[in-house]
Amino acid sequence: MKSSFAKKFLVVCLAMVMVFTFAACGGSSEGGESEGGDAAGAVLKIGSSGPLTGGASIYGTAVKQGAEIAVAEINEANPDLQIEFKMEDDEADGEKAVNAYNKLKDWGIQMMMGTVTTGSCIATSAVTFEDRVFELTPSASSADVTAGKDNVFQVCFTDPNQGVKAADYITENMAGSKVGVIYNNSDAYSTGIFNAFKAEMEAKGGEIVAAETYPDDTNADYSAQLNSCKSAGADVVLLPIYYTPASVIMKQAKDMNYAPVFFGVDGMDGILDMEGFDTALAEGVMLMTPFNPWSTDENVASFVEKYQAAYNEVPNQFAADGYDGIYALYEAFKATGLGTDAANADICDAMIGQFTGGFSYDGLTGAAMTWNDKGEVNKTPVVCVIQDGIYVDQ
Amino acid sequence: MKMQIKNGRLSPYTKNSIISYGLVIGAFVIVSILNSMGMVSSSLQGQLVPICCYIVMAVSLNLVVGISGELSLGHAGFMSAGAYTGIVVSGILETSGLPIYGRLAVAIICGAIVAGVLGFLIGIPVLRLRGDYLAIVTLAFGEIIKNIMNIVYAGKDSHGFHLKTNPDLGLEEGGRMLLNGPMGATQVQRISTFAAGFVLVLITLFVVQNIMNSKQGRAIMACRDNRIAAESIGLNVMKYKLMAFTVSAALAGMGGALFGLNYSTLLPVKFNFNTSVLILVFVVLGGLGNIWGSIIAATILTILPEALRQFADYRMLAYAIVLILVMIFTYSPKIKNFTQGFIDKNFKRKKPTAQTEGGGQV
Repeated sequence: MKSSFAKKFLVVCLAMVMVFTFAACGGSSEGGESEGGDAAGAVLKIGSSGPLTGGASIYGTAVKQGAEIAVAEINEANPDLQIEFKMEDDEADGEKAVNAYNKLKDWGIQMMMGTVTTGSCIATSAVTFEDRVFELTPSASSADVTAGKDNVFQVCFTDPNQGVKAADYITENMAGSKVGVIYNNSDAYSTGIFNAFKAEMEAKGGEIVAAETYPDDTNADYSAQLNSCKSAGADVVLLPIYYTPASVIMKQAKDMNYAPVFFGVDGMDGILDMEGFDTALAEGVMLMTPFNPWSTDENVASFVEKYQAAYNEVPNQFAADGYDGIYALYEAFKATGLGTDAANADICDAMIGQFTGGFSYDGLTGAAMTWNDKGEVNKTPVVCVIQDGIYVDQ
Repeated sequence: MKMQIKNGRLSPYTKNSIISYGLVIGAFVIVSILNSMGMVSSSLQGQLVPICCYIVMAVSLNLVVGISGELSLGHAGFMSAGAYTGIVVSGILETSGLPIYGRLAVAIICGAIVAGVLGFLIGIPVLRLRGDYLAIVTLAFGEIIKNIMNIVYAGKDSHGFHLKTNPDLGLEEGGRMLLNGPMGATQVQRISTFAAGFVLVLITLFVVQNIMNSKQGRAIMACRDNRIAAESIGLNVMKYKLMAFTVSAALAGMGGALFGLNYSTLLPVKFNFNTSVLILVFVVLGGLGNIWGSIIAATILTILPEALRQFADYRMLAYAIVLILVMIFTYSPKIKNFTQGFIDKNFKRKKPTAQTEGGGQV
């Protein structure tokens, strides 16, 4: 105890220095930012956050790259309205996403094109709602993202919507099939799709013969779930899950000579680019995806070409969602007629007016996309079949 | 807090406690003033409540790891229990007309009670184990809580409160889901404030410091230092370890409730092994048994990843390097000797304790 007072005194000094340094940092960066904004003229600051590191980083990185292509195109085409885009890492965690958004606020964010993952997006949308910052998420698909918040809109389908569309497709086009489901019951996305799918199948008179769960996407053995589907005689197996576990399921199904039609949702997108995956296993897999990079559509082809030139890989739907997100914000903002110096709250109100007032956008992930006042997008899902290692529209 | 007055002067314990409270209050006042003057960036502003939560978590874990000497890897489990209890209680009381502060207080108290009871029940079997085994079981416990939260569905409507392990709660129109299995809690009303966090930090400090300076605290430390010797003088080791574990769990539940009510959504996976380890890192870096170390480590290590955002892709790399440097610097004997020498030279005081320390060797 001899020098504890002296120690504590030092500690306090250090703590105070720290507090002041951080406070000062915040203050000075705010000052610097507003000067920069004035000098550049008509610059629209669009921020985003998503997982750029960690297990889900493939999604955040894809959105970032897709968005950057859109920003480059717009900035080249329209010198009068430049877009400045900044994406912060949130590791797919709600707490860090709010931190990332606050950082963007210090940067001077005017509109939010995020957040990429669902959990983080629910967390940030509550804050943007209070701050009156317009938010368009490229890929956060839960209904909770938009519920009760007039300023939040989605580019992607909601999870329940996907489940409903999958059930509709199966009951209409694959009538009489016995459906098995394998899903992750500790994942919001997977459970959300399954619950809606089940309800719609019951309503439409479809038959679910087996619904099997697993607890974690790092699970290595699905033989119990597959055996259960096999013995129940399922000829279609719905996999409302991400592609990593799906690839293991396909491999193990082949090993046990079980060959149902696998039906994936948008999480299945990306399976063909997976390292070490034998694409022959995915032959004949059906999936609902909003974006087909092998489509013959002119805009898609141009985007894919640019993306490949810049990043040397085939874009997935998250990249297309990011691209569409930026363009939708840009087109709607132009239509409001506001200047880039307008207050965030005014931009937000004007943008809400646009999005709920019949604004329509032709994007890579759907033609004539429109939005309802709940923030959900209305577009047609595309069902593809994997043939010879590429998607073929059904 | 007992005011122990000896020869007209405050006892060193009382003095230390008063200094600690003073420092926390001082820090709160300074930050509040800066905040009201608009000198705190949005980034830091948004982190004030989480910082308070992590301080509470770190100090409470220090009670188990540093003071009671048992390695616990499941502290996030108690945080989770407190957080979800707090969210459910606050959700139920939303329509009760209770003012927000009252609701927050009730939610935090309920979170503390549930986590404390859970800590007590788990402590009974777990604390009979020692060393590695105890660490493994606490780790498993954290995972168990996470997995239980993945299947819990709760909601409320005019018929009252519903709790089930499947999503078919049968809520009537206008009912509200409070917990939604793996989707966790969504649409949480955010009622946590920095002031509430500050009060929690004070409460935690008060509880932990008073335990440390009490008969029970000395018994807990005796059990840590030498279990056999402690048993030989008639101390009930199990009882004292259980006491530290339960109090720590209850404090973690408080911190959890504050944390849960600071965000509009909370996924059960948030409280995984990584979060437990994060809190353990605060404690270890701050120094085992050192309360102030925990407070400072929790503050700095919460702010650091955000302050490093300018490094973009290299952010977590820079974070790791800073952690390693801090570890090297705080534990290197050379650096320790240097700072000790510096302190002795500049703040030299009489050392009445030196004699008693040396006395044992004679």
